[in-house]
Amino acid sequence: MMLKPHQILDTYYLEARRDLLELAALFDRYDAAVKREGSSPRKEEKHDILHRALLYLADSDSSEGGRTNALLDLFSEI
Amino acid sequence: MQIIQPHYHAIARTAQDYERMAMSGVVAVCEPAFWAGFDRRYPETFIDYFAQISEFEPTRAAQYGIRHFCWVAVNPKEAENKELTKDVLQAMPEFLQKPTCLGVGETGLHKSTPNEIDALQAHVELAMKHEQLVLIHTPHLSDKLHGTKTVLEVLDGLDIDRSRIWIDHVEENTVKSVLDAGYWAGMTLYPITKCSPRRAVDILEKYGKERLLVNSSADWGPSDPFTLQECVLEYKLRGHSTQEAIEIFHNNPCRFLGQNPKWNILPVRIDAQS
Repeated sequence: MMLKPHQILDTYYLEARRDLLELAALFDRYDAAVKREGSSPRKEEKHDILHRALLYLADSDSSEGGRTNALLDLFSEI
Repeated sequence: MQIIQPHYHAIARTAQDYERMAMSGVVAVCEPAFWAGFDRRYPETFIDYFAQISEFEPTRAAQYGIRHFCWVAVNPKEAENKELTKDVLQAMPEFLQKPTCLGVGETGLHKSTPNEIDALQAHVELAMKHEQLVLIHTPHLSDKLHGTKTVLEVLDGLDIDRSRIWIDHVEENTVKSVLDAGYWAGMTLYPITKCSPRRAVDILEKYGKERLLVNSSADWGPSDPFTLQECVLEYKLRGHSTQEAIEIFHNNPCRFLGQNPKWNILPVRIDAQS
């Protein structure tokens, strides 16, 4: 029997929480490095891709499996 | 590089941990009293447990050249049993005299109930009366922010020496309040539910080295003592020197724990930095 929706959240919530915190920390680390360098950030392609990936994740209307495909396509750009 | 594991639940781990820790530079571990995974019913169970971590466990660690120290306390999860807490607190002074017992811990909060708060106060007062160090557990996950604020409020009302109190399991949203109040702050590295090695290094880079400890708190649940070595590696890969790493992962534990004269491991300084 496959997992019910609430079982999926119960099973994977803490791992997702951890992964989101790591992502937040990465952006904080990046911002701190920019500040430390004392200059405006240059256009960073990887930074832009990660931001766009977050927008895909926040899209609640994605079709089944669509977010993962979209992110893989996005990461194919660099 | 010499490393100290300041928070480690050895009785829940195998000798293989000790062997691998010894091979990776760990010279000492400190074992606070912990929750057994179920609520214990009898004070005698605690007394046997305290004997295990203060008498037997040092002999097991010594087989691998590792010094073993301990702390004694009733775990916050068991503080709802007021009678048990009272009886165990009465038995604790005997163990505080043991040659490897460093103080009272881990006390603290779990769900921040009135009984837990009473138990925390009683533990801290006992520690201060016997001139002991204190190790305070802060709650998990969604309970952490509120629980940490409550710990600080409870301590505010007590006659204490803040430099002798270590508040553990801080994360990005609690570390500043603990440090600003003058306490030592510990970061616990868990695979999923606490801080990670990378985030701990971020915190070290933001707040500096003073009064910060890093530990794995490896126990019987999902945990790994070598998250500490992962953190050392991450710290050094970001360009920090070996001596800077030693200051955090060896010398800071020596500075805090050395306030108890039973701790006789001294800070180290290497001549040549790599």
